[in-house]
Amino acid sequence: MAETSNLAGEAAFNRSAARQLALFGLAVLIGLVALMWGLNLLASLTATASGASPAVDAANNAITVMLAEEPPQLDSTRSTDQVSGVVLGHVMEGLLRYDDRGELAPGMAEDWRIDEAGATFHLRADALWSDGQPVTAHDFVFAWRQGLDPENASEYAFILYPIKNAEAVNQGRLPVTELGARAVDERTLAVEFERPIAFFDKLTAFSTYFPVREEFYRATEGRFGADADQLLYNGPFKLSSWVHGQSLQLDRNPHYWDQARIRLDRINVAYITSDPNTRLNLFKDEKIVMTGLTAENLTNALEQRWHIHRHMDGSIFYLEFNHRSGRLTRNHNLRKAMILAQDPGELVYKVTKTPGYLPGESLFPRFLEGIRGKFRDQHPAPTYRMDVQAARDHLERARLELGLDAFPPLVLLSSDSPVSNIQTEYFQAVFKKNLGLDIKIDRQIFKQRLAKMTSGDFDLVLAGWGPDYNDPLTYGDLFASWNLNNRGRYSNPEYDRQVRIAQSAMDAPTRMAAFAEMQRIIHEDVVIIPNYERGVAYVTHPRVKGILRRVVGADTDYTYAWIE
Amino acid sequence: MLRYSVKRLLQGLVTVFFIATATFFAMHSVPGDPLASDKALTDRIRANLEAKYGLDQPLMTQYGIFLGNLLQGDFGISYTQENRRVNDIIREHFPVSATLGILAIAFAGLGGVLWGALTALYRNRLPDVLIMLAVILGISVPSFVFAALGQLLLVQVNGALGFSVLPVAGWGTVAHMLVPSLVLGLGTMAYLTRLMRSSMLEIVGSDFVRTAKSKGLPASRIFTHHQLRNAILPVVTVLGPAIAAITTGGFVVEMVFAIPGLGRYFVQAVQQLDYTVIMGTTVFYGAFLVFMVIVVDLLYGWIDPRVRLE
Repeated sequence: MAETSNLAGEAAFNRSAARQLALFGLAVLIGLVALMWGLNLLASLTATASGASPAVDAANNAITVMLAEEPPQLDSTRSTDQVSGVVLGHVMEGLLRYDDRGELAPGMAEDWRIDEAGATFHLRADALWSDGQPVTAHDFVFAWRQGLDPENASEYAFILYPIKNAEAVNQGRLPVTELGARAVDERTLAVEFERPIAFFDKLTAFSTYFPVREEFYRATEGRFGADADQLLYNGPFKLSSWVHGQSLQLDRNPHYWDQARIRLDRINVAYITSDPNTRLNLFKDEKIVMTGLTAENLTNALEQRWHIHRHMDGSIFYLEFNHRSGRLTRNHNLRKAMILAQDPGELVYKVTKTPGYLPGESLFPRFLEGIRGKFRDQHPAPTYRMDVQAARDHLERARLELGLDAFPPLVLLSSDSPVSNIQTEYFQAVFKKNLGLDIKIDRQIFKQRLAKMTSGDFDLVLAGWGPDYNDPLTYGDLFASWNLNNRGRYSNPEYDRQVRIAQSAMDAPTRMAAFAEMQRIIHEDVVIIPNYERGVAYVTHPRVKGILRRVVGADTDYTYAWIE
Repeated sequence: MLRYSVKRLLQGLVTVFFIATATFFAMHSVPGDPLASDKALTDRIRANLEAKYGLDQPLMTQYGIFLGNLLQGDFGISYTQENRRVNDIIREHFPVSATLGILAIAFAGLGGVLWGALTALYRNRLPDVLIMLAVILGISVPSFVFAALGQLLLVQVNGALGFSVLPVAGWGTVAHMLVPSLVLGLGTMAYLTRLMRSSMLEIVGSDFVRTAKSKGLPASRIFTHHQLRNAILPVVTVLGPAIAAITTGGFVVEMVFAIPGLGRYFVQAVQQLDYTVIMGTTVFYGAFLVFMVIVVDLLYGWIDPRVRLE
C-alpha cells in the first residue's frame, strides 16, 4: 500500500515538475525571441543585410553575385590577386580595355600610336572620374610611378618594365621622375620604351596600368583602396558600399563615358565564401546568377538539368624539375625517363576527373593566338607517348651517367589542396610501378611550398602558372634564366636567346617562330612534365545574358551583362 | 569579493601575456615565408616589405616592438589585407562572431537545461530515450556536417514552398542568424543536456530533496528551487569555456553560411602566415577566454552561496 501511494506521489510530482518545465520552456522561448529582436536591432545598426535581393531583380535592373574571397585591397598599383582583379575590372578602366567579344578596344584612350621607340595615347575628352573631374595623363604617370616606386613594394612592378627606366626605378637606381612616361598635356600621354615591344597595347588593359589621381591618393593617407570611399572610379561601375567580408555594391557610374554599352544598373556582391557547396545552394535558391561547379557537385548540377558552360581559364599545371647543379633531376636522361613513364591523359581522365580539365601538352595553352588563328594549331606541341620500356632504358642510362648503384628517393614538393594530393599520389604510383623510383612527397602549406620552391629545396614540384597578359610571352619568359619565377633555375642560352627575340621583335612571324622554338626546347630538354590545362565548369541564371569569362582581366566579368 | 576579482584579473593578465609570448615564438618557428607569393619578389621589394613589417630586425627586437605595441593596444597592419589595421579587422568582425555566439549559447544553454531536466524527469521512458539518442548524434557529428545539412534543408524547403522562408546564407538580419547559430550551438546543447540529466538525477536522490518533500513543500517549488538550481551548477561551470569555444570556433559555420565573422580571419591568418593578424586574433581571443572564465567563476558564487570566493 505504501509503495503504491509513493508511486502516485511520484507521478503527481512529475506532472507538476513537467508543468514547471513547460513554463520554463515558454520563458526560454520568450527570452530567445527578445534576444533575437535585440540582436536584429543591433545588426541593422552595424551592417546592411545581404541576401535580401534575389539573383535577378528586374525592377531595379540589378543582379546578385558572390565572390570566393574578400578583395585584400583595391589599390590597383599593388593588387595581385584574382578577386581584386574582378572588382577592379568593373570599377576601373585602363587606356585600353577588353570588350564584350574579348577584343582589345579603346578605353580611356580614344586613339593611340605605338612604334618601336614608344607610344602616344590621346585620352578622350569625356574620360571622367566618378567625382566628375577629368581623367588626365598625369593620373597615368602617377599610377605607374607608384607601381614602380620601391617604397610602395608592388609585387606586379615587373609588368611595367617595358617602359623606359622602369626596372632601374624599381630597383632604386633612378628616381621615379626618370620614368619614361610623361604627360605632354592634360590629354596626351607619351611613353618611351626600354626596348621595342609588340604587345604594349595589351598591357595597358592590365590593372597595374590603371590611372590613380595623385591628390586623391595622398588624401587617403595610406588607406587608398581600403574602403569604398577611399577610392576613385573611372570604370563602368562604382563601389557604393563595401562591408568587409560580407558584401560590395557596385552601381552604374554616371560619369562613365560609354553608357550605351552598359545595361545593368547594379551588381550586388552579397556573399563572400569559398565554400563551393554554399555557392551551389545559393544558386539553387535563386540568390546568385552564376556559380562554378566542382567535381563533387557536378552530378548534382546535372540532375538539375542546367545548361553547363565550360571555360578554359588559361592556367597550366606541370611538374617542374629542379635544374640546380648537384640535383639528380639535372640529368636529362632521368627527366626523360620520368616523362615517358607517365601519361597526362590518364591523370586527367582517370585520376583527377575534374570537369573541364584538358591533358597538358605544352607550356603554351590552347587559347593563345598565333597569326590569324590559334598558336597551337599553327605550331602543334610535340608530345611523348607513354613508353615504359624506353623510360627504363633512359633511367638505366641516367644511373650510369650519375654513377649510382640505385636511385635515392626523389622529393616531390606539393601544396596541400585535394587536387594536388591526388596528383602526387598518381605520380608516386606510376614512377614506382614503371621505373621503380621512390618518390617522397613533401606536402606543405602554400607559403611554405613557395618558400621551398624559391630556395630550391625539392627535386620535383607541382607548379602552375596563369597568364598576366594575353601574349605567349607571359608563359615563354617563365624559363628564361633571369626570371625569378623560374624556381627550378632552368638555364639554357639558346632558350634565353629565343625569349629575347620574342621580347623585342615587332613582327608576329618572328615572334611566333621564337615561341615555337621555345616549345620545342622545353619538350626536348624535358624542362617540365605538363599535367593539365585548367578548365572550369559553371552555370548561369537563364535570364541573365552576356556574362563573360576571361583568361586575362576580370573573370567573371558582368560589365556587359543584361537581364532578359 | 572585490579583492578576489582584482586578484583573478591580474592572474588573467599574466596568462594573456604568456599566451602572447608563446604564440609569438611558435608562429615565428612555423616553416614558411609570410611574404612569399605566387610572383617572385625582387630583392629590393622584399627588403622594403621586410622593413615595413619589421621583419628585418632580430627576433627579440621584433618581440620587444610587438610587446610595446601590445601595451598600446595596437596590433599593426595585416600582411594580406595591406591597407587594413588588425584592430579594425577585430573591431569590424568580432561583433558578428559575438552575435552569432550569443545566440548559439542561448540556444545551447537554455535548450540544454530544458532537455536535460526533461530527460531526468522521464528517465528511462520514451522522451528520455529519444532525446538521449539525439544527444549522442549532437555530440558526435561535427558542426560542418550539421551546417551543410542545415543549408541543404533550407534550399529544399525554400524550393518546395516557392519563396524564401529563411535565407540560405549571408548576414544582416535575425533570419540570417537563426540556422547558423542553432547549428553552432547544437554540439554544446547536446553536451549540456547530458550534463544536466546526470546532475538532476544525482540531486533527485539527495537528502535535501527528501527533506523538502517530507516537509510537505509543493512539488513545483521543490523542482525549481531545490532541484533545478542545484543541478544547474555544473552547467554554469562549463558555460565559460563553451562561450569562448563557440565564439571562436565558428569558422566552419561562418564559411558555409558566408558570415563575415572573425573566425574566418583567425583560421585564414594561420594558413597565410599573416603574422599580425595571427597575433591580434590569438591575443584577443585568449584575453576573451580568460575573461569569460573569470566571469563564470564570479557568477558561481552568486548562484551557489556555499561557494566562497577568496
